[in-house]
Amino acid sequence: MGLGADMVAPIEVRNLRRTYGDVVAVDGISFEVAEGEIFGLVGPNGAGKTTTIECIEGLRRPTAGQVRLLAMDPSTERRVVAERIGVQLQESALPSRLHVEEALALFGSFYRRSINVDDLLELLALTEKRKTAFAKLSGGQKQRLFIALALVNGPELVFFDELTTGLDPQARRSMWDLVRQIRDRGCTVVITTHYMEEAERLCDRVMIVDRGRIVALDTPEALIDSLNVDKRIVFGLPEGQDVASLTSLSAVSRVEQNDERVLVYGHGDRFTGAVVNALEDTGVPFTDLRTEQPNLEDVFLSLTGREMRE
Amino acid sequence: MTRRDGPGNLTVVDRGSSVTVRGLASLVVANLRLYVREPIGTFFTLAFPVMFVLIFGAIYGNEPQDMFDGYGSMDISMPAYTALILGSVGLLGVAINTSSYREAGILRRFRMTPLRPLVYIAADVTANLIMTLTGMVGVLVVGWLLYRVRFEGQAVSVFLAVILSGTAMFAVGYLIAGLAPNARAAQVIGMVVLYPMLFLSGAAIPLEVMPDSVRTISDYLPLTYVVRLLRGLWFGEPWGSLLLETGVLVGVLVICTAIAVRLFRWE
Repeated sequence: MGLGADMVAPIEVRNLRRTYGDVVAVDGISFEVAEGEIFGLVGPNGAGKTTTIECIEGLRRPTAGQVRLLAMDPSTERRVVAERIGVQLQESALPSRLHVEEALALFGSFYRRSINVDDLLELLALTEKRKTAFAKLSGGQKQRLFIALALVNGPELVFFDELTTGLDPQARRSMWDLVRQIRDRGCTVVITTHYMEEAERLCDRVMIVDRGRIVALDTPEALIDSLNVDKRIVFGLPEGQDVASLTSLSAVSRVEQNDERVLVYGHGDRFTGAVVNALEDTGVPFTDLRTEQPNLEDVFLSLTGREMRE
Repeated sequence: MTRRDGPGNLTVVDRGSSVTVRGLASLVVANLRLYVREPIGTFFTLAFPVMFVLIFGAIYGNEPQDMFDGYGSMDISMPAYTALILGSVGLLGVAINTSSYREAGILRRFRMTPLRPLVYIAADVTANLIMTLTGMVGVLVVGWLLYRVRFEGQAVSVFLAVILSGTAMFAVGYLIAGLAPNARAAQVIGMVVLYPMLFLSGAAIPLEVMPDSVRTISDYLPLTYVVRLLRGLWFGEPWGSLLLETGVLVGVLVICTAIAVRLFRWE
């Protein structure tokens, strides 16, 4: 991770194990989260994500193994840790008649340091809703309020649990922008999600968890590359035109042409560029060119032999 | 204590060490606001007892009666209705509020902050006591305006007794919240315990008009001791002659708190 000797990773987990009776929720996992990264915990429901996060937050004691959060033991120093982290919870609520600005002021008062309410309202685009009661907010507005609450103490580290569940695609994208903004302010971000697309687009590194174990941990690009599956370029071509010459390119492994549709398979970083350049050079009138890539969904399928499903 | 921070230009307020007191104060204020915005809670605490004064005042008036040692029906109803408020706030308000906050995940949200659980409960108790005292003042004002009700005790003693009785009744409420699997169950348990007790303890109707069998039952109800303690102090009896009542309420407070603490769940 390139951490200097004087820098401690915000999160260090060593051989974490947590059982509930006979059920093993987390089965000996180790990882570190580096300062300033967006780290994603991905896996199907019941994979052990929530238990892992709760052990890190100090809400649960590990059955075995160690957790260090900001160089402290979160289960014995919960209140000190709570001052410095922010948490957005998947299943939580506020009193239904509490107004947005009141909630921010109230929760801010629990911390030694807190962010000015007006600034938070502006950051989360809630200024117009400041006097609205919690129960009257839309799903997306509630989610933004919970993010504001997670940021109210100006944390060094925030946890977002299933941040975009239940949001429409547009709201989800603006939420991703917001998470990037938060990270750009110098905050380390840990998210859990079961949307593979979210992990792929948003996270610097992704840890895929299944049945209480880590099945993969790397950047989304590296995880996808490790699959060694061909990318695919698709485009339309008028009848009578021929693009068989593309097979001479080293990045291209094969070309399929049927009726007016062409599929070109290949790999490597130069693949797309090489194919498009070759098409331009030969001057064939291709249309609607798009690339199709393997994604994290495929990674999960290949590593676990199962589909990721909600 | 205010400064600008880092890349985002967010203003940060740094409060140093006064955070517990500040957290407590802002939580009390928030609770009071929510109380006032909640029509049902406000009704039971503020309007319901005043309604009792108007209805039972209209029925019985406030003529001095031998049965009440020369006091009128409304005179002795002032401490009794205070007990009625304490009982309904504790057994219904605290029980339902705590369990529904838990069910909705509101307690879970509080748990993620540095707020101490004890501070959370202290704020809840304080807000409920303030509402109870407000309800009591409402009853007194209406009672005085309509019937010139008498008060012969020491205000400080009555105030202390309200706090003791209140914390004891609220502890029963937390206990119910701990026992109940959900908010609906807490409401049912609260009502089943509260409503018979209101009528069998002398809080709603003086025990003097009740048959002996009812009085026997009343000896086993905690709210009876709230009524007796408040009524005794209200008319100038010394604490020394109310040791049984005080002892029972301290006992209820200690035992219910001990069990409620064990049963308390954030989620």
